[in-house]
Amino acid sequence: MDRKEYDQLAEELKPSGHKVRNGLNAFLYGGVMGAIAQGVLELFMNIYHCSEKDATPMMSITLVFVACLLTGLGIYDNIAKHAGAGTFIPITGFANSMSSSALDSKSEGLILGIGSNMFKLGGTVITYGIVSSALLGVIRYAFTLFG
Amino acid sequence: MPSHFLGNSVKLDNVYIASTGTTCGPLEFLGPLGSYFDKGYDDYHCGEKSFEQAERKMLRDSLDICLKREKMKPKDVDIYVGGDLMNQITTVNYLARELPQPFLGIYSACSSFCLSMAVASLMIEGGFIDQAVSMVSSHNATAERQYRYPVEYGVQKKATTTFTATGAISTLLSNKPSDVRVESVTFGRVIDYSQDDPNDMGRAMAPAAYDTITTHFQDLKRSFQDYDLVVTGDLSTYGHKILKEMMQRNKMDVVRYNDCGCMLYDLTKQEVFQGGSGCACSGLVTMGYLYPLLKEGKYKRVLIVATGALLSPVMTAQKDTIPCIAHAISLEVVK
Repeated sequence: MDRKEYDQLAEELKPSGHKVRNGLNAFLYGGVMGAIAQGVLELFMNIYHCSEKDATPMMSITLVFVACLLTGLGIYDNIAKHAGAGTFIPITGFANSMSSSALDSKSEGLILGIGSNMFKLGGTVITYGIVSSALLGVIRYAFTLFG
Repeated sequence: MPSHFLGNSVKLDNVYIASTGTTCGPLEFLGPLGSYFDKGYDDYHCGEKSFEQAERKMLRDSLDICLKREKMKPKDVDIYVGGDLMNQITTVNYLARELPQPFLGIYSACSSFCLSMAVASLMIEGGFIDQAVSMVSSHNATAERQYRYPVEYGVQKKATTTFTATGAISTLLSNKPSDVRVESVTFGRVIDYSQDDPNDMGRAMAPAAYDTITTHFQDLKRSFQDYDLVVTGDLSTYGHKILKEMMQRNKMDVVRYNDCGCMLYDLTKQEVFQGGSGCACSGLVTMGYLYPLLKEGKYKRVLIVATGALLSPVMTAQKDTIPCIAHAISLEVVK
C-alpha cells in the first residue's frame, strides 16, 4: 500500500471530531463567561462607585485570579475540555496557560523551573501581542502624517 | 546449534519467563484489567515529590515484586535491560544507580517493552548470561509534560489522541525452564508513512505494525491461525481499525487480533480518547494479563507487537514527519 492509498484509507476511518458540538459548547461557555464578567464589572462599579473604565481592570484581574485558582485545584482543565475555545480565547485561557506551566515546572525550583517556564505557552501571545501593537502604532502614526 | 536470524526474526529455544512484577496508576487500576496487576497507586504522585520520581518509584516497586517472587536479590541478576519514554531515558537510568549489575538502557518509544524483552532474550539464548531483567515504565504526567502540554493546561484534545498509560513492568527472564517461554522475536524496521500529527499516533504507527507483523509471518512461515491472540501495543481504536483494514486489503485472514490500548481501559466509561499508549500499555497487558492466562493454559501462543512513534517534539516543530517502529515477541506455553 503506497502513502497516497494509506492516507485515503486513514481518512475514511478517521473518528469524527464533534465539530458542531464543540462549536456550540464554545459559544455557550464563552457567552456564560462573558455574562459573569459583565456581572462582576457591574458589581465593582456599584461597590466602589467607579466608572466602567476603572472597574474593567479589576474585573479582568478577578477572572485571572479565579482561572489560576481553578487551575491549581485541578478543575480548570476539566471545564476546558468541554468549553474548548469558550475558555481558551478569553483572558482565562491565558491565565491558565501561565499557571499550568508554572505548576508543571514547580519541581525544578523557582529560577530554572517556574521563572523560566511560566511563559512557555503564553510567551507567544505576549511576543506577538507586543510586535503587532508596535506595528499598528507605526501604521497609525503614518496615517496621522498624511491625514 | 545456536539460533540464527531468519530474515528479521529469531526462534528461541532457551528463554523462559521466571517472574514478573507489574505496578500501575489509578486509571489502569480501575480499568477492566486492574485486578491483574500486582500493585496500583491511587494518585499520580505515588507519595513522591515529582511525577518523574513517582515513575521511578513505580519501576522500583515492580522490580522488587518481580525479584521477591523468585526470592532473588538484585545482585543475582546478570544484566538489566530497560527503557522508558523520558529524555535520556531518565527513569531507568536513574533507577539503575541502585543496581549492582550491568545495565543496558534502550529507547524505542512505546515499543521499548518488546525491544528490552527481545534484547534480554537474545543474550540468554546466546548463552552469554543465565538471567536478565527487562524493565519498562511510562507515566501519563511525565509524558504529557515532555511531549504535549502542561498537565493542568485546559485544551480540548483531538478525537484521535491517545492516553499515555501509567505503570511499570519488570520481567525476569531465565534459561531455567518454566511454564512460559519467549518463543521468537522479530525486530522492526523504522517506517515513515509521512504522518506529521503528534496527536494521531495510531495513524502514524499502523504501517510499522503492519510491516513487523507481515515480516514475522513471512520469516517464520506463519499466519494469524498460528496464534491464539495477536496484540499490537498502542495503536488505539483508530490505529487498530486502520491496521485491520490494511491487512484485510492485503488478503490476510485477520482473526483473534486486538490492541493493548483498547484492552487496558474501559473505552466507554474511562476518558482515554482512542485508548491507551506508552511502554506501560503493552507491558501491563502482556505481563499483567496475558502471561497469567498463558500460565493457566487459556492461551497456547500469543504474539505481542509493541508499536512506537519515534518522534521528537523538536522535529515535529520543524514540520518533519514521524518515524515509527514495531518490535514483536511471541510467548508460548511450555508443553
